[in-house]
Formats: sequence, structure tokens, C-alpha cells
Amino acid sequence: MSRPAAPAPDGFEPVIGLEVHVQLRTRTKLFCADRTEFGAPPNSQVCPVCLGLPGALPVLNRRAVDLALRAALGLGCTVHPESAFVRKHYFYPDLPRGYQVTQKGRPLATDGRLDLVSEEGEKPRRVGIRRVHLEEDAGRSLHDRLPGLSALDLNRAGIPLVEIVTEPDIASPAEARAFLLRLWQVLEYLGVSDCSMEEGSLRVDANVSLRQAGTEEEGTRTEVKNLNSFSGVERALAFEVERQAALLRAGGRVEPATLLWDAARGEARPLRAKEAARDYLWLDEPDLPPLALDAERISNARDDLPEMPDERAARLRKEHGLSEEHAAVLTGSRELADYFESVVHAGADPREAAGWVMGDLLAAVKAEGCAVDDFRVRPPDLAGLLALLAEGVVSRPGAKRVFARMAETGRPPAQIVAEEELAREEDDATLRGWVDESLAAHPAEAARWRAGEERLEGFFVGAVVRRSGGRADPGRVADLLRARRREG
Amino acid sequence: MTTPPSLRTAAELGRDLRAGELDAEELVDAARAAWAASEVGTEPVRAFLSTDWEATGKRAREIAGRLAGNDDPGPLAGLPVAVKDNLCTLDLPTTCGSRLLEGWRAPYEATVVRRLREAGAVVVGKTNLDEFGMGASTEHSAYGPTLNPVDRGRVPGGSSGGSAAAVAAGIVPFALGSDTGGSVRQPASFCGVVGIRPTWGAVSRYGLVAFASSLDQVGALGRTVGDAALLLRAVMGRDPRDATSSDHGVPDLGDALGRGVEGMTIGVPEECFGEGVDGRVRDACRAALRRLEAMGAEVREVSLPHLRFAVPAYAVLATAEASSNLARFDGARFGVRAPGAATLGEVYERTRALFGAEARRRIVLGTHVLSAGHQEDVHGRARAVRALVARDFRWAWASGVDALFTPTTPTPAFPLGSLTEPFGAFLSDVFTIPPSLAGLPATSLPVGEADGLPVGGQIVCDRWQEPKMVRIADALERALAAEAAS
Repeated sequence: MSRPAAPAPDGFEPVIGLEVHVQLRTRTKLFCADRTEFGAPPNSQVCPVCLGLPGALPVLNRRAVDLALRAALGLGCTVHPESAFVRKHYFYPDLPRGYQVTQKGRPLATDGRLDLVSEEGEKPRRVGIRRVHLEEDAGRSLHDRLPGLSALDLNRAGIPLVEIVTEPDIASPAEARAFLLRLWQVLEYLGVSDCSMEEGSLRVDANVSLRQAGTEEEGTRTEVKNLNSFSGVERALAFEVERQAALLRAGGRVEPATLLWDAARGEARPLRAKEAARDYLWLDEPDLPPLALDAERISNARDDLPEMPDERAARLRKEHGLSEEHAAVLTGSRELADYFESVVHAGADPREAAGWVMGDLLAAVKAEGCAVDDFRVRPPDLAGLLALLAEGVVSRPGAKRVFARMAETGRPPAQIVAEEELAREEDDATLRGWVDESLAAHPAEAARWRAGEERLEGFFVGAVVRRSGGRADPGRVADLLRARRREG
Repeated sequence: MTTPPSLRTAAELGRDLRAGELDAEELVDAARAAWAASEVGTEPVRAFLSTDWEATGKRAREIAGRLAGNDDPGPLAGLPVAVKDNLCTLDLPTTCGSRLLEGWRAPYEATVVRRLREAGAVVVGKTNLDEFGMGASTEHSAYGPTLNPVDRGRVPGGSSGGSAAAVAAGIVPFALGSDTGGSVRQPASFCGVVGIRPTWGAVSRYGLVAFASSLDQVGALGRTVGDAALLLRAVMGRDPRDATSSDHGVPDLGDALGRGVEGMTIGVPEECFGEGVDGRVRDACRAALRRLEAMGAEVREVSLPHLRFAVPAYAVLATAEASSNLARFDGARFGVRAPGAATLGEVYERTRALFGAEARRRIVLGTHVLSAGHQEDVHGRARAVRALVARDFRWAWASGVDALFTPTTPTPAFPLGSLTEPFGAFLSDVFTIPPSLAGLPATSLPVGEADGLPVGGQIVCDRWQEPKMVRIADALERALAAEAAS
């Protein structure tokens, strides 16, 4: 990921630029007060303004500007104190006014960068951000909802977007995917978007050309659209790179084209030339005054920027002695990093907490399919469980069971330990009883164990722990097992 | 009452309504009678596209009840008013004079209409207009022309021809219209009534179906300057739903009446009195200027050197914005969808074929000037000319004039069917277009006659100088009335 991509066969280098559209996490739309909730009944979040009814006028959503500003600053852009809106015209039923309000010649921000995560010791790969600007989303057309008809759902019309355009600095399909993952992380840290490709809050179009390795001369560019997942982006770009390379190898020319990616078939098909060659009849938007940002608003936004992933990872390594790898995992998203730090602030040992967060927490969250912020076990409760473990009130296997019960029920750890009798068994006599029962239950293995097969220690420790319902401490059990063997 | 309502000012009627000497329902009855009278005969005026007299009567009764109960319904309480049919209303259709919005019921009302309601006014109907505000004669309405009440063989002007005719025919004392390049002032001039176009941004455009957004403004027509100002004041002021409407406070226009013009300086652009202006119009305007001098104003010649480029620049800029604003009329989501379409392309083509010829011409020209090959040359140049025209006005103000005076139109009302040149409408707007380009307030008032046809004079002031403009127009109106009476 950190190395510039190896040239494709025959010395062609891919030159890739991305256009990313990100839905901003505002409660209401860019130009009106309709809600922006995903999944609402069709056409239930609409009004004269976003329906483009005659006579309706747009009014700019201040929070959308704040979030766009934050995104621009978080990507290291120069923010322009004055920017302007324009109308981009084309006819399609889900574009209510027959034009989209967007920014063109005077965008909100330009000249930013995003550094991709690098391997230790290597310089990070830097991808230039050409511009960040504000625009509104269109509605959705559904062609398979009603027989013989196309249906329009205009809930999405008017939802605020930022468009993030990169310089053509991306050198391979894999790097494009890495860029998107990194961008996702940065935007999530900034809190400006839900960034869900499944929900359509993050969409990508790609521009691809090939050039001869070592030259500056740009090849002909094609555009690939309809990319619906990060891995889809990588596959589509790989397809298109190979298609162009094959053409050039055979002595042909690449024609400029717009292609639609078909994920099911794994191929990109050209749009009809007529559709691709549109004149948008750009017109300065007369219904909106220029977007003016005074110096104070910009500097306040800069001050409000959260700690970004790399800085946070470095701080966690320094403050808690975590390894680089662990710090990277824990700062993978802001909500995960927040969770981890909350557990530590509630008194848990950082390294113990790191293990549980990276392991049990992430596994549970994945199994439930929920966000870390929505997970039933909150940081103070996990910290409480780790305290019980540290004090020896529960054994480690017991703690795992308690955690599972916490995830199911949301009850605090001490309560679960008490009600479900998961406290560590302290009585050696009881433990010895379980040891003997386990040995008796597995005579063949017991014989081998007594004969000296050390590997079977784990087997019997596990058996005893299970028999104890998680209450036995594995270390103590191992001691007792060995003692039993010595006794003969 | 001895004088019929159709000859009395809104201000007087308002006073009598409050004093209990006049009943709001009687006033509506009188309006209805005047309307009926204007509709009979071989040449009905046809000022209105829709009315609902029963509902109007009911509303008048409600207002009358509140007046009687000492509950103040607002500054326009009980006064009948007409509304141009490109302003969205809930109770009557909004057709914009187009087949594309035939029978369309807006699901929301324009801010200015809401303010009328909140001021206690009684809306009697929606008036005829050139389709989507594009035209200077009201002949481009899909529902047939409106006739000039003063001479029914002639046009009432446009695009607010219906509103001007409704006032001139004595049906209502005042009416709302819209003015882009002169669509309130020119019909006012042709029909012999007052028309005020305010500073761009002074009145909310929310609910005004857009023609050319950077030029459109809601305007007021009335029998007198005082009446038009009364109506304007009730609807002026910043609207949170219109981001281009301004925070300038609502000026007390009532204060501006009866103040005279002593010590003021009136500029007369030499470019507005040359060839191409009808001799009778020139004479009437010069006489008006002498009146102003007699009242103590200084009259001085000025120059607007870029005036002659204003109409072509307007033709480019207004049609470009029109083609943009009319893109939403495609039959897919609201309004009329032409029947028989089998594909999306047919929905678009068949529906948009319902545009009238003038609308289609303007959309095509507007699209052309925005197209990639022509944007810079044509549209870019027109934007530059607009800035030059605005600068001409700024230089005039800087030279010390309080207002400019021009004929409103170069000719009086022309006969129906005589405007055959494509875009010929723009030539009638040669003096009204420049203030529109510069976003300036301008008023037209009757200053004389040309063989029985009304002649209008235009007063233009700097932005936000509505009180000054109303003061000058009102003074001139009083002086001319006094002269006529003597």
C-alpha cells in the first residue's frame, strides 16, 4: 500500500482519480427543513422546495455548511471565504427542478491532501485533494417497484452532499481501495457522515487512464460509475486498467467513455455516447447569495477539529504503551477509540482493555451487526468486569461468560456474577473434585496424560473449566492437575 | 356613499370600513358588479382567469364581523385586491397563463399572498398574464388576451395586463403583479394606473413562479400612488423562505405622501427622449417635468451611456434564467402531463409542446446562450453589460440627482395583434429594463394622454429609496390632479 504501485505489464502505469460523494450527517436537507432519515416511506420527507414546485426557493442549511467546512479542514484544504452556487442542468424525473444546485468555479475548498497509512519506516503515500464542495442529492428512480412503470421517491432529493475530488495521484486499484478506507476513517472521525456505501451515503466515481511508465504524458481517460462497495471499486478499476492495457498492447487507442460497472457480471459497459456527452448549461444560482465564511467561523471550525486517527494512535502508544499494530486497530474508527479510552478512564488496565476491546467487543459487535456506539455493553461496565477479573473475583473463562451475558442482557457485571453464580471457585477441594471427575470421564486421555503427554494439560484444563461452568481459574486448575499427577 | 367605490382610493375605503360607514360585503358586491360590467359585450375585458365570488363574499363577511367586533384584521382590512396568476394561492388555481398548469392547485401559498391575508385583504381573483410572465401585451396567455379597459381594441400591456386592467376597470382598487423587465410598470402606463416595482430583494419571491430570478420582483398596481404604496407596504419585508430578500426594514411609505419635491433634483437621461419615442409621449413627459420644476425641484439632464445595450443584454440574461426556471415543467411530478406518451422522452416532448410560441422562443434562446460554445461570448458579455448599466445609474446618483425621470414606454398602448416581430415585446420595455437590470425601484404613474390613451412617466431611485420615490411620484400625481381640476 505504501509503495507506488508496480507498473502493469508492458510498462503501463495506472493514473486514477476519484470523485466521492458523501452525504452529510444533518437532520434536515440542504435547502429546506425536511428530515433526512434513511428508509422513510417514499415521498414522506418532501416539501415544495425539494420537490421543485413552481415558486419555491432554496434556503441554505447552516449545519451542512459547518460539516462541509469541517470535512474540508480535516482534509487539509484551503477554505475559501467566499464561494458560490451554480445550477447544473439536465432532464431526469428524479431531479425535480431540472437542475442540480452545486458548486463549480468557486468551490468551498481546494488543495487538500490525504495520507495513506504506510508501513513502518516508509513515507506515507499522499493523495492530493483537488476540491471539496457542497451540493444537493437527487431523488431515486425505482424501475422494478411497479409493473410497467418507473417510480420516483424524492425523499433523497435535496439531501446535503460534499463532493470530494482527488488529484489523479492514485497509482493502482488497490491503492484506490486503501484511499477510500482511509477517507472513510477520516470522515468518521470528523463526524460529518455515516459513510455507509450500503445506505448510499458514500458513492464513488472513478477516472482511469494509463501512461507509459516514466513518462508524463497522460493517456485518454475513461470514467467508471455505479461503484457500490470498496472492493467493487478495486475490482472495477482492475477491470478497466486491464481493458485499456489490452487495447494499447494490441496497438489500439482508448476512446473517452463513461462506463457503468456491473458487479454481478464483473464488467464495465459503456453508456451510450449521447448520454455521456452532456452540456450542463451552467448558470450562477440567482436564488442564493454567495456563501460567505468569516475568519472567525473558519478558525472556530479548525479549533473544533477532533484528534485525527494518526495523532490519536501515536498518543495511545505513548500514554499506554500499546504496540503500533494494536494502536492502529483501536483507532480504526473514532467510536472504537472513544470506547477504548472510556474503558481505560474508568480504571481498567490499558493492555487488558485493549485485548478485550479488540477481541471480545469487536466480535460481539460484528455478530450483532450494530455500531459500537449502540452496543449494549457500555465502557463503564466493561471496566467493571475487568476490575472483577483483576481482583480475582472471576476467573478469565468466567469473565468471558459474564461478558457474553452482559452483551445479551445489558446487566452490570457484579449482578450477573452474583445471580448466575459465576464467581471464581476458591475452594481447592471443589476444584480437585472437578479434576478427578474430568480425569475419570476421559480415561484414555488421562492415561496418556499420566504417561507424560504434556499437550493434554490444555485439554483437561478446558474440561475442568467447562465442568465448573466457568468458575474455575485455569491457572489453579493446572497446578492441581499436575499435583494430582505427581500424587500418582 | 356618493362616489362609487370604483372611483375612490383604497385609503379612503379603508377609513370608511373602519369607521363602520362602509360594509366589507357591500364593497365586494360593488367589485363583483364592476367585474360583471367589464365582462359583457362583444369585447369583454377578461381581466381575471379565476374568481370565486361566493368564497370572496364569505371572507368579506368574516372581516366585517371582526371589524365590527373591534378586532383589527390588519392595515388592508376589508379591501378587495386582485392577485396575478403566477403567485401561488391555496383557494384558487395558479395557471401562470399556461396550458402546463391548467387547473393546477398549489399546495402552498406565496408569502405575499399570506401577508395579504394577514393584513385583512379580500382576494377576489387571479388575473390574466402573458404565459409565465413572458410578454408585454398579455396576448401570450394560453387562455386568451385581456383587453385594455380604456380602449378595448388595444392591449393592456404585460405581463401583468390582467392586474392593470382589473384596477383600471374599477373592479379592485389595487392588485399584485410581478415585474421582470417592466411587467408592472408598462401595463400600468398603458392602462392609466400606477405601478410600483420595488428594489430587488425588498419583497419575497417565495411563491412567485419564477421567470428570471435575478430580475423578478412582486409589484403593486393601484389607482393612485398612495394606494399602490399601501399595498406594497403590506407585503414588503424580509422572508426567511427567500434567501435573497433583504433585512432592510419596511419603510413607512405612508409617511412619504404629501411631502412635495422642494429642493430635490430630478435627472432626465438624454437617451430617453430621442428618436423612437412617440411625440405625444415626449410632450406629456416634458409637461410633467415642468410641473416638477414648478413645485421646486431642479431638473437636470444626465446620461445613461449604456442604455442602448440594456435590451439585448436583458434578452440574453432573462431568457437564460427563464430556460432554467422552466426546466421543471416536464409533466413528471406535477401539473399537466400530455396524454399518450409511451416513453420518458415522449412525456417530455409532448408535455413541453404545450408551451406557447413566445415561451418556446425564449426557452430556446435562453438554452442557446447558456450552451457551451456561447456561454462566454454571449452570456458573459451580457453580464458585463449589466454591470455597466448598473454603474451608469450609480454615476447618476453620485452626480447628485435624487431620482431619474423617463417615459415609462416609448409609445402608448398598441392595438391587439400588432406585435408581430419575435421579441418585439422587448422594445416596449426599453426604458423599464435598465432599472430592472440594476435592481432599482421604479414607479410608473399617468402623466398625460396621447389622443385619449394614457401616457406613463417613470420615476427611478437608488436601491432602498422607496420612500423618496413614492414621495416624488405622489407629489407629481397631486400636481397633475390639481391641474386637471382647475
